[in-house]
Amino acid sequence: MSVAIIDYGSGNLHSATKAFERAVHEAGLPIKIHQTDDPDVVSKADRIVLPGVGAFADCKQGLDAIPGLRDSIFEAVEDRGAPFFGICVGTQLMATRGMEKTDHKGTPGFNWITGDVVEIKPDDPTLKVPQIGWNTLDISRFHPVMDGIPTGEHGLHAYFVHSYHIATEREEDLIATTNHGGPVTAIVAHDNKVGTQFHPEKSQKLGLAMITNFLKWKP
Amino acid sequence: MTLKVRIIPCLDVSNGRVVKGVNFVDLVDAGDPVQAAIAYDAAGADELTFLDITASSDGRAATFDMIARTAEQCFMPLTVGGGVREISDIRKLLLAGADKVSINTTAVNNPNFVAEAADKFGNQCIVVAIDAKKVSAEGEEDRWEIFTHGGRTETGIDAVEFAQTVVAKGAGEILLTSMDRDGTKIGYNLPLTRAVADAVSVPVIASGGVGNLDHLVEGITKGHASAVLAASIFHFGTYSILEAKRHMHKAGIPVRLDP
Repeated sequence: MSVAIIDYGSGNLHSATKAFERAVHEAGLPIKIHQTDDPDVVSKADRIVLPGVGAFADCKQGLDAIPGLRDSIFEAVEDRGAPFFGICVGTQLMATRGMEKTDHKGTPGFNWITGDVVEIKPDDPTLKVPQIGWNTLDISRFHPVMDGIPTGEHGLHAYFVHSYHIATEREEDLIATTNHGGPVTAIVAHDNKVGTQFHPEKSQKLGLAMITNFLKWKP
Repeated sequence: MTLKVRIIPCLDVSNGRVVKGVNFVDLVDAGDPVQAAIAYDAAGADELTFLDITASSDGRAATFDMIARTAEQCFMPLTVGGGVREISDIRKLLLAGADKVSINTTAVNNPNFVAEAADKFGNQCIVVAIDAKKVSAEGEEDRWEIFTHGGRTETGIDAVEFAQTVVAKGAGEILLTSMDRDGTKIGYNLPLTRAVADAVSVPVIASGGVGNLDHLVEGITKGHASAVLAASIFHFGTYSILEAKRHMHKAGIPVRLDP
C-alpha cells in the first residue's frame, strides 16, 4: 500500500511524514510513505494525507500553483475512493470556503464538508485566540480513526494551534469537538474523508494511535 | 474540559549544540539538543523551545539539521527562535520541522515583517519574542521598555504598546522575557507579565527568573500568562516536568497529565 503526503510548500510537512513513518514502523504495516507533489504519484496512491500550516488562502494558492495536483487528489479520493486524512489547514481545505485573510466571498475549498472556515470566538473574553496548546476531545459520533483512544475530560489530549475552524453545516460531518469558550470543531468526516483541526503529528500518543487507525481504516 | 496551561522548557543552542548546559541523568550526550528533546518529550513537556544563538550561516545549517532530527523523533510541538530576518528563514524552519517561529529583533526593527509573516504562514505560527526591562524609577508608575541584542540595546519602545502593535500586525503569541529577572531565580516579573497579558488577545508565555515551582504557579495566577517557560530548573534536574505539573495541578491550574 502507498500513502501520498501532499507537498505543496506548506510548512510542517516533515513532521507529518515522520509521524506517519513512525506509525507504519510501530504497527509493522507494509506501507510505503511518499512525500510528494507529483500528480502521477498522488492519483495512484492508496491513501492521501493533506497536512497544512498557514493561512487558508495562502495554502490554497500553494496547492493550485502545482499543475494537476488538485485534480490528482480528486481523482484518488473522489473517483477511486482512497481514504483521505486532512490535518489543520489541510482539514480546513475540505470545507466549502475559507474566510481567513480574504474578502466576504471567501476562498473556495474542496466542498467535501459543507460549511465555512470561520474564526473561533470564545464566549469568555479572557480566553485567548489563537487556541494554542493541549485540550481534550468530546466525541459527537463514533469514527473508526478514534477506535480505542480514550476521549472526554479524562481522556488523552490533542495539540491545537489555530484561530479558525470549520463551522459544519451537516450534523453528521462532525465527529468531535473540543471546548474553548464553547464547542470548537476538532474532527470532521464524510464518507472516505476525515480531518483533524489539531495536529496528530504533534499529539504524541493520541496522534500516533489515530494515524495507525487511519492506515487500517477501510471506509 | 479546557485548554491546559503549558509548561515549556527552553534550550539555548548554537551550531546545532546546546550551549547553556543541560545536566540530566541518563543523557548520552548532554550537548545534543535532540537527546535533550527526547528526554523532555518522554517527560511530558507540552512544547519545546529552541533559541538559536548562532551567528554564522554554517551554524545555521547545523540548526536546520538539529530541528529535522528532533522532529524525526519527537512528536511534540517545537518553537524555534533566533536570527529570523527573512520570510525564507521562516519557511526553512517550518519545513525542517518547527511548528512556530519566534521573531525578536526583526519585529522591533520592522513590525510590518510580522504582518507579512502572518499573512504567509497564519497568525498561529508567528511568535514575537519581547525582551523587556523596567525603566521607571522607584516610586514612579511601572514602565517597561524593549531591549534588543540580548538586552544590550535600548530602543525606547514601550513593551506593552509594542505587544499590542505586533498582535495587531498578526502575532499569534507573545514570548515575554523579563531581562531584569533572567537568571535570577527570584520569579517572573509579575507586574510586567500581567500588564502585557491583559493588554493583548493572544496567549502570553512568561519567561525569565524561575527558581522554584511556586514561580510557575504565580506566572499563571498573578501574571495571567497562558504558558510558562523555564530553562535551568529543568535542565539541571532541580525539578522534573512532572513535579512541576503536579505542583500546578495542586494549585488548581489545569495541566495535561496524560499517562
